Amino acid sequence: MLETKNIEIYYGKIMVVRGLSLRVERGEIRAILGANGAGKSTTLKTIMGYLDDQPDKGTIWFNGKRIDGLETEQIVPLGIAYVPEGREVFPELTLKENLMMGAYTRRDKSVSEDLDRVFIYFPLLKERLKQQAGTLSGGEQQMLAIGRALMSKPSLMMMDEPSLGLSPILVTEIFEIVRAINRDGATILLVEQNAHKALSVAHHAYIMETGRIVMEGPPEKLMNDEDVQEFYLGIRKEEAVRGEARYKRKKRWR
Amino acid sequence: MGIFFDLIIGGFAIGACYALVALSMVIIYKTSEVPNFAQGEMAMVATFVAFSMIQSYGIGFWTTAAITIVFSFLLGCALELAFLRPAKDPTVLGLIVITLGAEMILYGIAGWKWGANQNPFPVPFSEYSGIMVSGVMITEINIWTFVTSVIMMFLLFLFFRYTKVGVAMKAVQQNAFAARAMGIPTRRILTFTWGLSSVTGAVAGMLIAPIATLDPNMMLDPMMKGFAAAVLGGMTSLPGAAIGGYLLGLIENFFGGYVSLEFKSVVAFAVIVLILCVKPSGLFVKHYEKKV
Repeated sequence: MLETKNIEIYYGKIMVVRGLSLRVERGEIRAILGANGAGKSTTLKTIMGYLDDQPDKGTIWFNGKRIDGLETEQIVPLGIAYVPEGREVFPELTLKENLMMGAYTRRDKSVSEDLDRVFIYFPLLKERLKQQAGTLSGGEQQMLAIGRALMSKPSLMMMDEPSLGLSPILVTEIFEIVRAINRDGATILLVEQNAHKALSVAHHAYIMETGRIVMEGPPEKLMNDEDVQEFYLGIRKEEAVRGEARYKRKKRWR
Repeated sequence: MGIFFDLIIGGFAIGACYALVALSMVIIYKTSEVPNFAQGEMAMVATFVAFSMIQSYGIGFWTTAAITIVFSFLLGCALELAFLRPAKDPTVLGLIVITLGAEMILYGIAGWKWGANQNPFPVPFSEYSGIMVSGVMITEINIWTFVTSVIMMFLLFLFFRYTKVGVAMKAVQQNAFAARAMGIPTRRILTFTWGLSSVTGAVAGMLIAPIATLDPNMMLDPMMKGFAAAVLGGMTSLPGAAIGGYLLGLIENFFGGYVSLEFKSVVAFAVIVLILCVKPSGLFVKHYEKKV
């Protein structure tokens, strides 16, 4: 459904993404894991057409149509929605207005049905439709951001760190909803630092480091990998002697 | 007691003009994050176009007003396209210089085309007759100014509250990044914002011209006052700008009537300094901290 072929992305002269090829198949949840600065968010922004003249090299395909070089406003109507990192709701618009902005590119009449659909996932939003989004808590804003993205009736939803800054209970709740949205038909590409949670919902995951994919596979495979366990899941195999052992270990892929 | 009501009425009339100028500045400030110094000249040029249509071509007042509104919209869009869009990642200072440049160009064009003469701006409303309310004369022109400004504000309110484009404009103002993610054509919305602001300014210009006189300098004072009113209201709040405009008109008029006519123009700025000392963010501003 979505495919990037060998894309390279530059910020000025710095190469942030170095030849990234990934595929997202219809109906899946795919996750991209990785540390800060690995290029995950940059990849999503590039797919959305945020960065001018990027990708510098390589192509991006969505449902057989080449979308690199298109404007964001042309990409959204194709059926890609983007939930930005840090929610980015419109603080002084009401919840209703926020949600309606999600449906900005739509011209059809069934928008109100989708509003009802959002309320099924997030009943809480319905009670506060007239409230300004800036008055919501962080978790509620995240729900609003996801709901807003759903309003464009996307076939592919890209989420950038939906768990950022949320309490563990809320994180679990958000991931439950992510799974439900996927069950109801949307394909999801998830960028996360919370590897535990991401691997628990994903069908397939990539691990990105310094701009390239270093490992991929179904979550079971990744979870059983020694390096992933140590560096992403925080399960330590060997007892560190005065803390030195950690530094001596090398990741296989470097 | 008569003079008291006279001052109130006069204050509301001139305050209405300030309020519209303030609104037009705030509309642009919120999206482009720059105080648009060309605002007054945009309105002045539009008013001159209206003047030419009435004076030279003999077109009726209402038709002229309608055409002027369309013209000012196009003028605003054209300025944005010509001066702001080509600037890549400009700083605020750069943007200010751009608007100053646009201001000078418009000022120059107006001086060249229409000259520095003071012209009367003909309106079908009398400055001398009107309705008497318990011994106080409310002139037609005051009623016209006040009613027009209120209608204009009401239309703006409806536009920003109920139309998709209006809400999208607010969305772009509040978070351009997220607005893009919604597929909102942010650049086109920005251009449209300039057009809308220009229309608001042009209406103010057509209200001010009959009260003052029509010449290339006519918007200088109202623009400074409008800017002051916008700051008073908080620079980012539309209702704040409107209320700030009325307040300023009233304060100014009362000061002129009871204290000193010579210092009438200065008092507005004294008030601003005072307000900024007490509440620097403006009277009617509210902010939501971004949650991480």
